[in-house]
Amino acid sequence: MFFWSLVLIAVGIFSSFIYGRSRIKLNSKKQGTKSKSLPTYYAQYVLMWCLFPALIVYFSWAIFQEQIIQNIVISNFEFIEGAVYNEGLLLAEIRNVANNPSFADGKSIEIINAASHYSSLRQISQISFYTSIIIIMLLGALYASQKLKPEFHAQHTIERYIQYILIFCSSVAIFTTIGIVFSLIFESLRFFAEVSIFEFLFSTEWYPFIPIREGQTAAEGSFGAVPIFAGTFLVMVVAMCVAVPLGLLTAIYLAEYASQRVRKTVKPLLEILAGIPTIVYGFFAFVSVAPFVKAFGQSIGIDASPTSALAAGMVMGVMIIPFISSLSDDVINSVPQSLREASLGIGANKAETIKKVILPAALPGIVGAFLLAISRAIGETMIVVVAAGTAPNLTGNPFENVTTVTVQIVVALIGDQEFDNPRTLSAFALGLVLFVITLFLNIIALQIVKRYRERYE
Amino acid sequence: MSNSKILANSVDVYYGSKQALFGISMDIKEKEVTALIGPSGCGKSTFLRCINRMNDLIEICKVSGSIKVDNEEIISDKTDVVSLRSKIGMVFQKPNPFPKSIFDNVAYGPTIHGLVDSKNDLEEIVHSSLKKAGLFDEVKDRLNEPGTSLSGGQQQRLCIARAIAVNPEIILMDEPCSALDPIATAIIEELIDELRLNYTIIIVTHSMQQAARVSQKTCFFHLGELIETGETNKIFTNPDNTKTQDYITGRFG
Amino acid sequence: MNNSVAKEKIVSLRKKRSLEDMRFKYYGFTAMCLSLAVLVFLLYTIFSKGYTAFQKTIVLLEVDYNQEVLKLTPDSSDEEMEKGKFFRVKKQAIENFFPDLSKSDIKLVKKLFSINVDNEIKDYFLDNPEVINTKQQIWVTAHSDVDQLLKGNSRRDVPEDRRKLNDIQLSYVDQLVEENRVKQVFNNFFFTKADSRHPEIAGVAGSFMGSLFTLFTVFILSFPIAIGASVYLEEFAPKNRITELIEVNISNLAAVPSIVFGLLGLGVLLNVFGLPRSTPLVGGSVLALMTLPTIIIACRASLKAVPPSIKEGALAVGATKTQAVFHHVVPLALPGTLTGTIIGLAQALGETAPLIMIGMIAFIPNIPTGLTEPSAALPVQIYLWVESAERGFQEKSAAAIMVILIFLFMMNAIAVFLRNRFERKW
Ligand SMILES: Nc1ncnc2c1ncn2[C@@H]1O[C@H](COP(=O)(O)OP(=O)(O)OP(=O)(O)O)[C@@H](O)[C@H]1O
Ligand SMILES: [Mg+2]
Repeated sequence: MFFWSLVLIAVGIFSSFIYGRSRIKLNSKKQGTKSKSLPTYYAQYVLMWCLFPALIVYFSWAIFQEQIIQNIVISNFEFIEGAVYNEGLLLAEIRNVANNPSFADGKSIEIINAASHYSSLRQISQISFYTSIIIIMLLGALYASQKLKPEFHAQHTIERYIQYILIFCSSVAIFTTIGIVFSLIFESLRFFAEVSIFEFLFSTEWYPFIPIREGQTAAEGSFGAVPIFAGTFLVMVVAMCVAVPLGLLTAIYLAEYASQRVRKTVKPLLEILAGIPTIVYGFFAFVSVAPFVKAFGQSIGIDASPTSALAAGMVMGVMIIPFISSLSDDVINSVPQSLREASLGIGANKAETIKKVILPAALPGIVGAFLLAISRAIGETMIVVVAAGTAPNLTGNPFENVTTVTVQIVVALIGDQEFDNPRTLSAFALGLVLFVITLFLNIIALQIVKRYRERYE
Repeated sequence: MSNSKILANSVDVYYGSKQALFGISMDIKEKEVTALIGPSGCGKSTFLRCINRMNDLIEICKVSGSIKVDNEEIISDKTDVVSLRSKIGMVFQKPNPFPKSIFDNVAYGPTIHGLVDSKNDLEEIVHSSLKKAGLFDEVKDRLNEPGTSLSGGQQQRLCIARAIAVNPEIILMDEPCSALDPIATAIIEELIDELRLNYTIIIVTHSMQQAARVSQKTCFFHLGELIETGETNKIFTNPDNTKTQDYITGRFG
Repeated sequence: MNNSVAKEKIVSLRKKRSLEDMRFKYYGFTAMCLSLAVLVFLLYTIFSKGYTAFQKTIVLLEVDYNQEVLKLTPDSSDEEMEKGKFFRVKKQAIENFFPDLSKSDIKLVKKLFSINVDNEIKDYFLDNPEVINTKQQIWVTAHSDVDQLLKGNSRRDVPEDRRKLNDIQLSYVDQLVEENRVKQVFNNFFFTKADSRHPEIAGVAGSFMGSLFTLFTVFILSFPIAIGASVYLEEFAPKNRITELIEVNISNLAAVPSIVFGLLGLGVLLNVFGLPRSTPLVGGSVLALMTLPTIIIACRASLKAVPPSIKEGALAVGATKTQAVFHHVVPLALPGTLTGTIIGLAQALGETAPLIMIGMIAFIPNIPTGLTEPSAALPVQIYLWVESAERGFQEKSAAAIMVILIFLFMMNAIAVFLRNRFERKW
């Protein structure tokens, strides 16, 4: 359906273009006047009237077809009295049988009937989809062709449409934000309908109960997210302890000491470090750093778990180094040269100039960079998923297993997702917390950096 | 005033709160070259850009007053800016050919205005425009090379050809020779002299000699005001205003 | 006299100060080297863990294509041949693999072979139907446990109960090595097969195609939308509240954690719009929204870099603003936008968390052929393999990382090439 309908639409818009073009030429010849716009604009006009209605039909079909068909199939399903049905499983079964008749062996007659019902509905939907796309394109072209008169200023109209399209493109960013906020809040509200917000924010017990058998109630779990927040914080602190000194010192060295040649080679290398996917860091943490941390812990008499906050945090710190160093590098470079010269001019050496003049001057920018880095660390997922573990330990010991917000989101949503279960919904509540905190950090950081920039511009 | 092409009446221009032109009134005759002279920042370009509404591009720029081209008001919301600009060509201080082939540079205007119906017609227009701009012989073998590969003087003539190609009646030139060497300048000046037969030309220039050589009328601007306007000969030999006198003798500016 | 003391003090202080200066510089240098050392160590780890995955172990097996066992005749049609009883041939071949095997030993020997051996025996026959009723020596894939043992990835000096292969099996393997009946060859499966429960026949082809389809979706969605948004904001947008809101939105979206985009995909695209789970279509849409800010920023920068004189030139010959922008400014900004897009796509390629959220983590044992088919993606495949308990998957995950890194490297090289080739200095 996907491919052929695109072909259909492509053919439609192509022929509408050709049609519009020849039609306006004909019309203006008939009337003996020149058309107000170039023929290609009339052609584009017809094209747009063909394309956009077709796209609307296409997307509404793509979005709603399956759901409508499923609803019809279920409402016509011959339920046997007394039997318990899980609608999702039932639908999956019906779909399987419909798509693959060899699965029909041994299925009950109701299911087989429903499957053939499903297939026939799909066929009907398919046929009506193609016909309605063709009809809507013809209607669009018909409407547009009425306007194909030389005195109609097609270019004006087309340019207005283009404006609408551009405005739509720009508003995608807003729709995305609305979508994020909507989905987070909507599902979180469902979560907080079952779990009190105070328990979530202040209780220290995180035992999301996973119902094993059907019919078990889910509300027996306890959803105190404090250990998760603490774990996130611990990993973040470890990461910053690694990233801040290394990143900042690297930036200082590159900006103030390194020769042009060193800078030219090291910067792209750091960019490589920044471009490595985080799952790769996760792998690194898992196979190299975590065993090392465990061995190290044992050597000093601490019983380190194989996945620890320390391993995850250290690797995350490495991941953040290029982020901090490039941001700090920018900030340090934007400190005016005159300040540097003033300090060097009274006989201070480079280290003193950096420590007493440049860093204080660049401090707001650097703080901004740190905040952005923290927000990065909190939102980072794959490293901690692979290397930090899932046990909600409330501990300050970095050798222990901790869990983070992002890990819990992943854990809650891996596997079966049941949206009537607080276990699944808790992911959205945690996501909301994550979103709010990172957004907050970003806004502050951007504000600080912006003020800082203004000061030196 | 039978053959007045452009008639400006008390034109004021503001950039934000800053006034750049103060009540400019001017009468420009058909098929003449009018030179606008004056010290830097006195508003020559600003006035020039009012005539083809190029100032619309600058958001803070507000124009009031009246300018009539062929007795039609152009400082109004109802003006069709696009057809106005196809009637009034403009050549800029720095040559700005499109980064496309020489042919496409000239062909762009006629194509978007639908002046041609066939490829042959288009070629015809391009060639004739290049000929009118005195560039054809130099580039006829390399019409497909990018316009930016030409020399500065050639580029400026290409821009003139581009302006001529849409068959304008008026050509505005904002210091067209300021980026060129004396030889290229001489060629362009000659060209302007030829174009005068078919077009009304307004040229902004900082060179008194150039103004004297190419123009019939000269207007002297100072600090946003039109100080004096008249026959070029008269302005350069016997101006009425002492400021004009000072300027053309090089005492300020 | 006082003066000379002061001077001495200054001199000694200066020495101390310059020592301090040296030390500070040294700190910076060390920090830089440490960062780079980690990079080297990381790449080394990946390479040293992963290079063995490009080889597989194969075993020489004597197969008797007896027509009775196969239940085929030399004149059987192709369809009938497809249905030949190859598993019986295989069973026989394994029973005779070593002379005089007892029942329990046969079970042990069987575990030295990959599950795929049936197919290999069959494919060999279908390619050469004339071998019916002959005995053939063919190389078949060994089980991952044998493979790992011979590659030295799993150790033989641990107690038997902590080994995958027991002592008897070990001795068989040793015997095979002695008789030259095993060897290591290039592992074509790694590049031609999709994921599998069995490490020896698991490959990246499925997830690679999944990633390609996902990136295709990202490109198709984000490139035009980003250009539209940038052109509007840069060339047409009035300076007002709404425009400002859009700009703030874009810069904030750039910093939203990727996992939150995953929740968006799950909550809106899957649950509200009911798009198909685990598909490149949904994964690509989510990543497209994520990549938008990156591309918009690049596109706006390139639009800004086009000198206004070009636009003025077009307007002066009577082009409308829309014409001037779309005929002249946008084409000139395209190379820069494309560079930014490739960099954005490179980021999207490595994104894992959002894809997990929308279900691209499902086990998909076949190679996807379309945007709306369930499929895996490279980074998620890596995650699955890292998490897997099976020893044989670890080298696979490192090798898959090599594949993704090479892919990334090529994309960045293209971006740099584009930048150098098409970037104009005005
Ligand atoms: N885009 C603008 N924004 C604000 N003010 C402007 C702008 N363009 C011009 N001005 C102001 O308007 C006045 C007239 O400028 P204009 O460019 O017309 O001078 P000019 O006579 O062409 O000078 P020149 O000979 O140097 O080109 C100047 O004071 C200038 O500062
Ligand atoms: Mg000027």
